[in-house]
Amino acid sequence: MVVVEQREGKLNRLSWETLAAGQALAAETGWVLEAAVVGSGVSGFAGEIAAKKVSKVYAIESPKLEPYTPDAFSTALKQFLESRQPKLVLMPHTYQVRDFVPKLATAMGRTAISDCIGYKKDGTKLLFTRQMFQGKLAADVSFACDAPWFVTFQNGAFRGDKVEAGASAAPVETVNMNIADGAVRNKPQEVFKEAKQAVDLTQAEIIVSIGRGIKEQKNIELAKQLAEALGGELAASRPICDSGWLPMDRQIGSSGQTVAPKLYLALGISGAIQHIVGMKGSRTIVAVNKDSEAPIFEIADYAVVGNLFDVVPPLIEEVKKARAGS
Amino acid sequence: MKILVCMKQVPQKDAPLKLNESGTWIREDVSYEVNEPDAFALEEALRQKEKHGGEVVVITSGPARSQQVLREALAKGADRAVHLEDNAFVGLDALNTARAFAAAIKEEKFDLIFTGLQSDDYGYAQTGVVLAELLGWPHATIIMQIENNDAGIRVKRELEAGFFQFVDMPLPAVLTIQSGINKLRYATLIGIKQAKNKPLRKVAMADVQSALSANLQKIERLYVPQKTKQTQFLEGPAGEVAKKLVDKLRNEVRVL
Repeated sequence: MVVVEQREGKLNRLSWETLAAGQALAAETGWVLEAAVVGSGVSGFAGEIAAKKVSKVYAIESPKLEPYTPDAFSTALKQFLESRQPKLVLMPHTYQVRDFVPKLATAMGRTAISDCIGYKKDGTKLLFTRQMFQGKLAADVSFACDAPWFVTFQNGAFRGDKVEAGASAAPVETVNMNIADGAVRNKPQEVFKEAKQAVDLTQAEIIVSIGRGIKEQKNIELAKQLAEALGGELAASRPICDSGWLPMDRQIGSSGQTVAPKLYLALGISGAIQHIVGMKGSRTIVAVNKDSEAPIFEIADYAVVGNLFDVVPPLIEEVKKARAGS
Repeated sequence: MKILVCMKQVPQKDAPLKLNESGTWIREDVSYEVNEPDAFALEEALRQKEKHGGEVVVITSGPARSQQVLREALAKGADRAVHLEDNAFVGLDALNTARAFAAAIKEEKFDLIFTGLQSDDYGYAQTGVVLAELLGWPHATIIMQIENNDAGIRVKRELEAGFFQFVDMPLPAVLTIQSGINKLRYATLIGIKQAKNKPLRKVAMADVQSALSANLQKIERLYVPQKTKQTQFLEGPAGEVAKKLVDKLRNEVRVL
């Protein structure tokens, strides 16, 4: 059972990735793949998914499911899953899913293996792979309890464009949920954006990005000079923006922008998962870090183990020379 | 306002990690520090207390070494601490960790419980939300601001891609705190001195065992991830490395 996520009138990209994961798992295990979409007036989304290779799609409906609250989502999905008893429940690891899945699993006396990047079949045993210690290590995790098993998949773990279309449209069943008055305790207000985004980093072809390794605010000037020499934009990992050294709109990662430039040059960035998910689609990744075990090197095409303050000044000069000569 | 802050000790960010012999956990002989989002959760609790009065209690679970996290919190201004002391707490899954915390505080009445939004070791991002469900309390995650209002509190949730949302909710409640919600303070010398006389209650595994079950999920194998990319390491003196890199950028990456 794949539970997809819709927001602002469309299914998000991660939902397609999770559906791809569900199709791959169904093909390998021979299990039946069904999907569910939760909300108010979601039959359109259900129809969209029904065109894909799935056995059945459920539209779980209640006026109380809009806007999203963890109480309503957990209540509705608990009722639904208890009646359907799926073996495995897959969801994308979004901020919304993180908000309600631990509650839902606990309410059902179950557990969720969260933020997985893949799965393995070890004989009859299913293992789910997740990153630990900020990506320095990986773990294969199994369920030691009865079904339903909850799994959430990380952004980019599967290819959303690999979702197979169905031979014919799958049946859609609308399930109307009764959510008691008073069951929903949180009162969410409108979603808003803090400030108009001044820079759209998603359009940049070259990004020079800085992390904790930059050490002091005044050192940012050095990175800026490199970005200018390369004709690129300056960006940062979360701690830099948290410190107020660069505005929030230059933040790359799960809480910032997701980018895929031709060149991503990471200076003093260790490569925590939250950062990696925002830039791992970059065509070429260059990493400079003094810690040879930094996880950023796992995804780097070119790696320099060393002090960025030694490497960047001559790099600026060499880039300028190269540009002047071309 | 009486606030409980759940904190965790994790390996230092740049600590080299070694696997244990069975390949199921890391070797314990590394340097530890407080889980970063938990430090922000503590800071927020201290600020709430300064604004509204009340008490800040900190709790952690783990072997003797993890008491350091509580000592630091007391030095920064927390009033009391609770330490679930046993090495076995380290291996508990999120559900059992939350059960242990709930059992350890069952005699107390808190208005708010804070956790960091996730830990730097397991990275489940679950314990706070699970604890809320066990207590029957509402929760909100990834919080960037907390204000009191007539009905309880108004919190600012961070959503993805630069979006935010205010949520009104009643108390008591559990909030998971995002890094960067505030500016961290340092412990003062006086604070460090005073911390020595602040109460620290120890809870043994035996005291909470009846609330726990076998873990519902199991780490079968922990390992160094296989590289998916062929990485070229550029070595030599800085000037030479710079030359090599520019050559790659020009001839292989073709961006210059």
